[in-house]
Amino acid sequence: MLNSKLKLNKELFQKSAEKRSTREGFGLGLLEAGEKDENIVVLCGDLKESTKVDLFAHKFPDRYIEIGVAEQNMTGIAAGLALSGKIPFMASFAIFSPGRNWEQIRLSISFSNTNVKIIGTHAGLMHCYDGGMAQCLEDIALTRVLPNFSVIEPIDFHQAKAAAKYAAKHKGPIYMRLGREGTPEITTESTPFEFGKAQVLVEGDEITLISSGPIMYEVLSAAKILRAAHKVNVEVISSPTIKPLDEVTIVHSAKKTKRVVTIENHQVSGGLGGAVAELLSEKYPVPIRRIGMPDTFGESGHYSDLLDKFGLSAHHLVNKILSILKDNE
Amino acid sequence: MPDTHIHCQNPVISSLETKANDLRKTVIQMLLEAGSGHSAGSLDTADIFAALYFHILNIDPKKPDWEDRDRFVLSNGHICPVWYASLSERGYFPKKELWTLRKINSRLQGHPAYGSLPGVENTSGSLGQGISQAIGMALAAKLDKKNYRVYVMTGDGELNEGQVWEAAMFGGNSGLNNITWIIDRNNIQLSGYTEDMMPLESLRDKLEAFNWFVVEIDGHNIEEIINACNMARAVSQRPTAIIAHTIPGKGVEFMEYKVEWHGKVPDKKEAMKALRDLRSLDGKISCDYD
Repeated sequence: MLNSKLKLNKELFQKSAEKRSTREGFGLGLLEAGEKDENIVVLCGDLKESTKVDLFAHKFPDRYIEIGVAEQNMTGIAAGLALSGKIPFMASFAIFSPGRNWEQIRLSISFSNTNVKIIGTHAGLMHCYDGGMAQCLEDIALTRVLPNFSVIEPIDFHQAKAAAKYAAKHKGPIYMRLGREGTPEITTESTPFEFGKAQVLVEGDEITLISSGPIMYEVLSAAKILRAAHKVNVEVISSPTIKPLDEVTIVHSAKKTKRVVTIENHQVSGGLGGAVAELLSEKYPVPIRRIGMPDTFGESGHYSDLLDKFGLSAHHLVNKILSILKDNE
Repeated sequence: MPDTHIHCQNPVISSLETKANDLRKTVIQMLLEAGSGHSAGSLDTADIFAALYFHILNIDPKKPDWEDRDRFVLSNGHICPVWYASLSERGYFPKKELWTLRKINSRLQGHPAYGSLPGVENTSGSLGQGISQAIGMALAAKLDKKNYRVYVMTGDGELNEGQVWEAAMFGGNSGLNNITWIIDRNNIQLSGYTEDMMPLESLRDKLEAFNWFVVEIDGHNIEEIINACNMARAVSQRPTAIIAHTIPGKGVEFMEYKVEWHGKVPDKKEAMKALRDLRSLDGKISCDYD
C-alpha cells in the first residue's frame, strides 16, 4: 500500500514499529543544526526538557537563553537577536507560544519579517492529561494567517528531525507544530523531506485523504482498513508544510479522485482543512469534508481515548469516510 | 527654581539645544501635513533625540547596517515623528520625505516599521515590546563580543503593559550592562494623567527592585541627558534606566501639560502659533523639574 519511492517504514503496522514523538526528533535535529551553525541560539520559557531543547542547552550553554515563564518577552528578545544576525529558535508549549504571545509574534516577527523559528510542542489533543486548557487546537489558524510565516507540522520523529535541520537554513519566520506523544514511525531516515512539498504516501483514485502531524498514523491505519476490508482505493497525502501548501500535488490528486477529506488534530476551522478548502475552491472545486475538532474544547484523558471521543481515531475515520463516499454516490 | 539656562555657554550644549528646537519645528510641520498623530511625546522628547542623534550614538548614516553601530530602539512608536525628523536631519534620508508621513506609498508609516526606512531598527507602536527587542540585540552583542550599546526609549503610560515588567525582570538579572533604557516620564497617557489612570510611582523604587541602575534627570536638560548616558557606560553588571522627567508638549505653550495633546495634532492656525512659540524660545528649552 505504501509508496515505495518514499522509503517509508515497512514495519509501520507491526508491533515492532518504534514509537517516538515529533518533539524528540526536533530536539535531535536542532542539536545537529547547532553543531553546524554557531549563529543558532535557543530560547525557552521554563520548558527545556518538555520541548526537548535540553539537548542543545547542555551542549551549547552559552547559546541557550532561559527566559522564565514569560512568552511575550521571549518573543521580543528572539526578534532582537534575529535583527542582530542570530537564528533564534524559541520553544514553548503551543498554547503559550503562539497562543499567549500572538500579538508580539505579529509585530516583532511577522510584520518585521525577522528570522525567528517558533517551536510549539504539546500541540492539539496530545497535551492529553493536562486537559482542555492546555490543548492548543487553534495554533495553525493563528500562524498561517500571518504574512511572511511558513507553517510546518511534521508527521513523525524522522520528519521532525529533518524539518528542524531545514528550518535552521530557511530565511524567514517559521512556526513548527510538534506533538508530545510517541507514535509509530511512518518515515525512515532515508525518506526525503522537502519544504513546501506534499507527499503521496498511498496512491489511489477514489478519494483523497490529506493530513499533517502525527495523526497521520490514524489516517494511514484508516486507509489500510478502507482498502483491505471495504475495497476503497484511497489516496493519502501527507502535507507537513501547511503554509505554503503544495498546490501542484493537491490539485493533481483532486483532479484524479474528485473527492477530498482533510484530517487534523486542530479545530476544524482555520487549520489544514481550511487551507485545503481555500486552495481547491479557487483552483479546482470538488466536494471537500473537513475532519477535526468540531468547534469544541478537549478534556483530560489518554491520547487514544481523546481521539476516540472526538471522532479522530482510525475506526471513526473509516466510518466517516464510508459515509462521505455513500453521500457522494 | 533652578536656572537651567546656565549651560548655554558650552557651545556643544548650545548647538544641541538649537538642534532640539529645530526638531520641534519640523515635528509641528510634519504633524500639520499628516493631519493625525501624536504631538505631546514627539515634542517633549526632542531634547533627548537631539542629544542621542547628534552627540551620543555611535552611528554612521552612510552605513545604516554597520554591524558595530549603536542601536536605538523606539518602543513607544507613536512618537515616531521626532525619530523620523532626527534620522532625516542626521542624513539617513532626504528631508522632503518627512512631509509624506502617514500618506499612501510613504516610507514613513504612522508607527515605525522595520525595513521601511534606513535607521529604523525595529517595529513598534503596539506598546511594551521595545525593551525585549533591545535585550535581544544586547544579548547578540555579548555573544558576538561586540561593544555597541543598545538604547531603548519607552513612554511612561506604556509601562502599564505586562511585557515591560517581564523584560525589566529579565534585564535586571541578565548582567547586560550594554542597555540604556530611557523612560519619557511626561506623566500623561492617552486618556489621562498616568497617576490617575494606573499609578506608576514609586517608579524609581520599582526599577531598582528589578536590579536596574536608575538615574533621574531633567529630560529637557541636554547636559543631564549626556551625563546620564555617560554614567550608564560606566556601570558594570547592570543595565541602566534613565527616568527622564519631561513636560508633555514641551516648547509649545498651549500644549504643555495638556493630556488632550497626547493623541492629536495642530490645525493650521495652531501650528502657526506653535512655530511662533518655538521661534521665540530660540533654542532655549528648560524644565521646572529639580
